[in-house]
This record gives sequence, structure tokens and C-alpha cells, in this order.
Amino acid sequence: MYNSGKIIPGIIIFLAIVTFPFWSNAGKTNVKPEPKIDTPAIQQMPEGERKCIESKEFMKAGHMQMLNDWRDSVIRGGDRVFVSSTGKHYNMSLQNECLRCHSNKKDFCDKCHKYLAVKPYCWDCHIEPKENKS
Amino acid sequence: MSMDRRDFLKIAGITGLLGAGTAALSGRMPGALEAASTSPNSNALKAKQWAMVIDMRKFKTPDDYKKVIHACHSIHNIPDFGNPKDEIKWIWTDTFEHTFVGQEHEHISEAVKEKPFVLLCNHCEKPACVRVCPTKATFKRKDGIVMMDYHRCIGCRFCMAACPFGARSFNYRDPRPFIKDNNLKYPTRMKGVVEKCTFCVERLDEGLMPACVEACKDTKALVFGDLGDPASEVRKVLRENFTIRRKPELGTSPSVYYIVGGGENAG
Repeated sequence: MYNSGKIIPGIIIFLAIVTFPFWSNAGKTNVKPEPKIDTPAIQQMPEGERKCIESKEFMKAGHMQMLNDWRDSVIRGGDRVFVSSTGKHYNMSLQNECLRCHSNKKDFCDKCHKYLAVKPYCWDCHIEPKENKS
Repeated sequence: MSMDRRDFLKIAGITGLLGAGTAALSGRMPGALEAASTSPNSNALKAKQWAMVIDMRKFKTPDDYKKVIHACHSIHNIPDFGNPKDEIKWIWTDTFEHTFVGQEHEHISEAVKEKPFVLLCNHCEKPACVRVCPTKATFKRKDGIVMMDYHRCIGCRFCMAACPFGARSFNYRDPRPFIKDNNLKYPTRMKGVVEKCTFCVERLDEGLMPACVEACKDTKALVFGDLGDPASEVRKVLRENFTIRRKPELGTSPSVYYIVGGGENAG
């Protein structure tokens, strides 16, 4: 083989760089994000009623879809009241309803969003609660 | 492997059915919201076409203007760039000559000529801005309000070119650092979207009058109501006074009416 002295080390270096993310993270355990729900507003709720507007499982998987539906419903339809599957009424507002309880954006929203590297642009316009302003 | 047409169609049909079946199954959300629904607020004010009458006779001192503008701009998080090029305005003032183009003449009373007129989005019945918006970010609500959906706005500024009243402002810069006192109940805007007066939809939907109307409710300088209801206050004021609109010849049919008044109270 011609130039094997350059080609073989070249291939080795190339493979080393390409596989860098795999072997540099091998053996490390990723810490699962644990969003915190210990805000004052949630603490004040009586023990049995400490629930989000829908089930935890649904909110985990579907909150983004729900927020999209909410914004269309509020802005384009003028409907501002959400009737949950348990029949309770809520004001459809990220800033005034979701964040009233979840006033810890950093420890709640950002925890998972950072872990999953998603960057929702909610906060370009919606104002996050004051106590957590960075 | 050879296959005749009959077998091919059979396999194609089964594959199609399987695909459709799995798509239908996987499209379901975990714990989908079967019972959930939405509804308007029970206090919400309803109308066929919201409209406003601006009684210029009742604007006498600079304070009368200031309190109306401040009421709006403070609750809607309007930035102050201190620079007319970047200015964001929902409600503002201009001269008679600029407000009622073509209506001015050289013998007009000095008081009217000098007087600032209150301007805001006209919430036209046939809005030019809505016709040109390529993303339907600006649209007309059922109650006649010309509304902005900032989520959809791509910042093309066609609406600003189309609006004959200059009612729209573009965020050339990030407005956040220029907002003095944030109203934490209301969002701000971001760089790259167009904004304007919304007749305070967020207040109407909760049963409140627009902020500017409430700010001058002692003088009733701004009268707000439903144009489609003959018993409404705007209709009463329109019956009893001579009113004009801005640039009616353009056919957009503005919903903001002006009582200009003579020189007696002006200035």
C-alpha cells in the first residue's frame, strides 16, 4: 500500500474523533432530571388536592401539545377557560396560571428542557416569575 | 421472485391497512383528554363589532392625554426606546392635518389645528392588514377586533405597509430592557414582531372595559361599545353627535369615530 504511513494513522485519528462522544461518555451515568414541585403555592395546597390540572403522566408527555392548544384557543378563539377532565375550571394562561404554582422555572421547566436540549421560546415574550430571574 | 398483479395488490392493500392502523393507535396521547374542553369566561363581554367614539371636546389638558396613554402603555409592557425611529405605540397623538388627511384647509381654527388628536388602531371592518398577512398572524375576531397572534408573526411588515393609519409598530430591537415597569400579568413582545392596540381583548374577555376607556371614565372622553347593538352607548353617542372617521374613502370602514368639536374647548 502506498503512503500507508500516513493513511493508517489518519484513519485511526479520524475514527478516534468520530467516536469521541461515545467513549468519552462511556461508563458515566446520566443523572435523571428531577423537576421540583416544592414551591410555596404548591406547599400551601392541602395534601390530598396537591394535583396539577391533569394527571402527572399526561402533563409529562403532553404539556407542550396542551400549551399549543391553549394558545390557539385563547388567542384565536377567545376561549379562556379550560375545563379539565375532572370538571375543574382553569384560566388558560402560561404566565398567570401555570406559573402561579410552578413559580420555580429554573428547577421545574429548565431541568428537563436542558437535559433534553429543547429550547422552547416561551420566555422570549412570557415573563418568568420574578424570584427566579437570572 | 415473481409476483402477479393480483398478489401484488393483496400485499399492497394489507400493508396500507396495517400502516393506517398503527398510525391511528400511535397518534393517541397517553391519557388523552376525553372530557376536557374549553369555554369563554362567563363574564366575557360580547359584541358583533366593538367600536369607540373619541370625544375630542373632552381632551383639554396635557394630563387628559397622558393618563389615557399611560394606562395603555403601562399595562401592555410597551417599551420606551426614547427614539422615534424605533418607537412602539398602541395609542398616541398627532395633529388634525395628519389625522384627517384632506380635511384640513387654511382657515381652520387655530385651536383645532394645534390640538393633538388621540389615535389608535381603528379595528376596521375590512382591515387591509388582515388581507395581506401571509401567515394569518393578524386576523379579525368574531367580535370585530383586529387581533395579533405574535406566535405566528414572521415580521414581514406587510401589515404595516397595508395599514393606512400607521397603527402598527415593529420591534426592531429587543423590547425587554426598555420596559420600565413590567406588568407581570401580561407578556412582552420579542424582537421581530409587529404589535398594535388590541382593544384590550384580555380585559374584554374578563368582563372589563379597555384600559384607556377606564382611565377617562369620569369625563367619558372615550366611549366604547357594540356597534351592532342599537341600545349600546356608542350607538347612542353616534346618534346624538356628528362624528367623522379617518380616511373613510379607502373603504376599510374604521370602527373608531371622532367628535372633533369646535374651537371652544380646544387647546
